Order: sequence, then C-alpha cells, then structure tokens
Amino acid sequence: MSIRIDHISKSYGKVNALDDISIQVDQGELFGLIGPDGAGKTTLFRILTTLLLPDHGSASVAGYDIIADFKAIRKQVGYMPGRFSLYQDLTVEENLRFFATIFGTTIAENYDLIRDIYVQIEPFKNRRAGKLSGGMKQKLALSCALIHKPKVLFLDEPTTGVDPVSRKEFWEMLKRLQDKGITILVSTPYMDEAALCDRIALIQDGKILEIDTPKAIVEHYPKPIFDVGAHNTYLLIEKLNAYAHKHSVFPFGEYIHYTDQRDGFDPLELMAYLKNEGLQNIHIERTKATIEDTFMELAKQ
Amino acid sequence: MKEETVIKVEGLTKVFGDFTAVNKISFHVRKGEIFGFLGANGAGKTTAMKMLIGISAPSSGSANVAGFDVYTQTEDIKKSIGYMSQKFALYDDLTVKENIRFFGGIYGLSKNRISQKSNLLIEELGLEKVAHSLVGSLPLGWKQKIAFSVSLLHDPKIVFLDEPTGGVDPITRRQFWEMIYKAANNGTTIFVTTHYMDEAEYCDRVSIMVDGNIEALDTPKNLKTHFGSDSMNDVFLKLARS
Repeated sequence: MSIRIDHISKSYGKVNALDDISIQVDQGELFGLIGPDGAGKTTLFRILTTLLLPDHGSASVAGYDIIADFKAIRKQVGYMPGRFSLYQDLTVEENLRFFATIFGTTIAENYDLIRDIYVQIEPFKNRRAGKLSGGMKQKLALSCALIHKPKVLFLDEPTTGVDPVSRKEFWEMLKRLQDKGITILVSTPYMDEAALCDRIALIQDGKILEIDTPKAIVEHYPKPIFDVGAHNTYLLIEKLNAYAHKHSVFPFGEYIHYTDQRDGFDPLELMAYLKNEGLQNIHIERTKATIEDTFMELAKQ
Repeated sequence: MKEETVIKVEGLTKVFGDFTAVNKISFHVRKGEIFGFLGANGAGKTTAMKMLIGISAPSSGSANVAGFDVYTQTEDIKKSIGYMSQKFALYDDLTVKENIRFFGGIYGLSKNRISQKSNLLIEELGLEKVAHSLVGSLPLGWKQKIAFSVSLLHDPKIVFLDEPTGGVDPITRRQFWEMIYKAANNGTTIFVTTHYMDEAEYCDRVSIMVDGNIEALDTPKNLKTHFGSDSMNDVFLKLARS
C-alpha cells in the first residue's frame, strides 16, 4: 500500500471541502482523482503532502503517518501544485539545481529519471523560468518534483488549460514514470484523461462518487444510452428536455446523449415524437456510456 | 438567401520582432454562427483574438468586426461585442447585482435598462437567493454562467469566449453550452476557444490554428470526414502533430 486515506474530513468554515474520504492506492499505481473545480482535490493533495491538517481521519503515504511522520513524508514525495510555483527569476537549470540541493542530491545523480522530460527543455536551461511557455513550465515543474527520486508523485491538475497535443505527451511521460515504479496520484478535470489511469475516484463537493477502474465505471452505467441528432441541435435539446419520459439529456459532441425513464424504451416512439415536434434528419442510435456520463449520472443523485 | 457576415478577416498578421505570431489568416463568420477557434497553446489564438476585439493593432492584413474596422474603429468594436474568459469574467469582491450594474454602466445602459436586465438575468439563472452574495463565494460554474449572461447585457452582435468552461463540472459545462445555443439561436454570433474537443463538436464551424496559420476550417463533420477521424480530438492531434 502506497497511499492509505482513512475517513478524512476537512472543512473551511461552513464549507465541507472533504467529507469522509477513504482511498487506498497500491504501490506503482497510476491513480486519478477526477472532478471539477471545488471538488476538494487540492485540499486532499495538501493534506497528503503534509501542508494541511485534516479535521478528522488519518492517512499514510509510503508507510509514514501524515501527522507523526510528516518530515519523513516530505523526503519521499514529489509534489507539483496546480499553480506554477517555481522561482520565476531563477533559470531553468538553477531551479532544478535548487530542488536537487535542498533534497541533498545532485542533478547528475538522478538525471536518468528526468532525462525524457528534461531533455525537451534543456536547450533553454539558461532562460528564466518566468519566461517559459506553459508547456515548458509544466515540464520544468515535473522535473523539479522528480529530481530527488520520490516514491510517490502528487500532481495537482498538471494538464489544466493545456492543449490536447501537450496533454497527450504529458500522459505518455506519466506512463513511463509509472514503469519505473513510482506511485502517481494525479487530478484532472478532463474526464477523457480518466481512461488513462489504472483506477480513478470520481469526486464532487468533497464526496467520493465512485472508485474503480475506468472500464468498470463505464460498465456500471445503469441505463441504455442513445445518441440523438437532428438538423437543429438547440431545438432538439429543448424538445428532448420537454419529453415526458426523459431521464437525462446531455450534449455529447456531435450528438445528444439521451436516457429514458422506462425499462422497455422504444427509440421509434421518440423518433415519432421528435418528427411531430418539427425536427428533421433525426438520428437515434444506441451508444456506449463514457466516464463523463457516469459522473453526471452519479452527480445527479 | 444572403447570409449576413459579421466577422471578415483577410490576411490578418501580427509580428512581434522576428516572430510571426499570426500569419495571414483569413476567414468569415456568419451572423448567429457558433464559430470554434481552436489551436495548441502558443499557436496564436489569443493574439488573433486580441486583434479582433480591438485591443491589439494588426501588423498587416484587414479585419472587420460587427461592421467596424480593427485599425480605425476599435472603440465601436468594443461597444458591439461581449467578451468573457476563464481568467477574467466578474469582480469577486462585488455582489452579483453590483457586477451587473457595473458592467451595464460600462456598456452605457440606462439605469432603467440595467435594472430590467438585472432582474431578468437573475430570474433566468435562478439566482434570487445569491443576488446579494459576493461573486467570489459562488461555485466556478455559476460564476461562468453569470459572466456569460453579463457579456450579453448590452445585446452585442458578437460574443468572444476565451476558454469559458475550463475546470467547470460536466453538468454545468453542458448548461453553459445550452446558453450558448440559445444566444446563437437568437442571432448572437459566438466566437469561442476551448481545449475540450467535445465542445468543438458543438460548433457550427471550427478553425484550427497551428504555428500562426489556420490549417483547417470547416464543419466538425467535414473535418472528421476529411481527416478520416471519428472525433475532433483525433482531427486535432493529426493536424497539430504533423
């Protein structure tokens, strides 16, 4: 067991940021915390990295208790916070050397671990960190979080605001780190990234909605889902929402994902209704649930 | 039937020193269209958008936004458009009502009109209970929905949305898009950037910028057919990685 979270709660005034959270992450696992802004992801990261005390519950990281052994934990973990927090007026190389030094190591000693990532920003090693592009800052922050060879890596929304190409590259880097035996806890608001994790926790308003493998989470979706399309999407959404038997209506890319309240739902009946309401080029087809469908279904309850 | 064009861009270019951020881009956007403006970080989207909203002078080329020239009529452009982004939307330390009054005032609406619009907006979004709460105390998703409504206060012809849904929960994100559809259906043109590729599919047409150039511009359906992809995410990866 690499991370054990036992009934952790934390509130800020009246707001329950975390409400009785329990998660166990195995050694070498790539575990995702999936949820929107305000779900409590950052609070959980700050508790696990010993920067914040929980109100209730206990947790351990790499075998150390987050309260009794907080100093030991700090030596064993790498943390990349959501907000860029390196020294803007130090150069790329100075930042990296700084983090290596405070952890009592050198860049040379652990260069192997960061090579893949650092090699992409090494041509700019004399540039001040504040002058880097978003993608380069992200790579430098990850290098700095790794330079002391941590057992557990905490990444708080590393891909927020990053374009799909850079996001894909970032996840490929994470997979290679995982292959080196590092446990990774990563949070993201992008549901499509959830599929790249071994297991995920869906989290909203400080509560866990579900924990499982991405595949199992999708398979547990309780209802048949249909893609519905028509010539005018706005009118289609309006008419689907007005349909007496609808259970959920959510735009999903090209189509609307529709579920019905009834068990024996007949798509032809919906087709007739939509035709009658003036929609044209109607398309209704059974489709598979995604993580986002599951998230929204659970969040609705 | 002649369709009204509300954004006309021809060879628009912006050069910083020896770096060409935006390289001779050209496109037209129709009235009531939802136009997705996509591209990787650093591809030049923000620079192009700044020129279109009249806060950055182009190096060369021409552009006409809501009937006004981006070189000479920037103040008219600003009055005819709405703008919101993830980074700047509303003032956290003003209440919902105060924000509405502030932005209504900036756009030169009369006191009566502001009060009318304010009540309507609060009713439509179901904000009666939080009308006098500080915006900073509201969930991000609410803020973004209010910000979008505020950007429509002065009935602009075009609304520019710069990553309006980043970090917003999936249900609210969809409610936000329903608001966009509604505005477009009422004739407002929507110019939107996003990193969510499923949102690209909600647009009538999408352009994809790579290194300062528009490399593709078409309906999501045609782009997918053209690139032999089953999703816009795949189209984006093929274009931006090549």
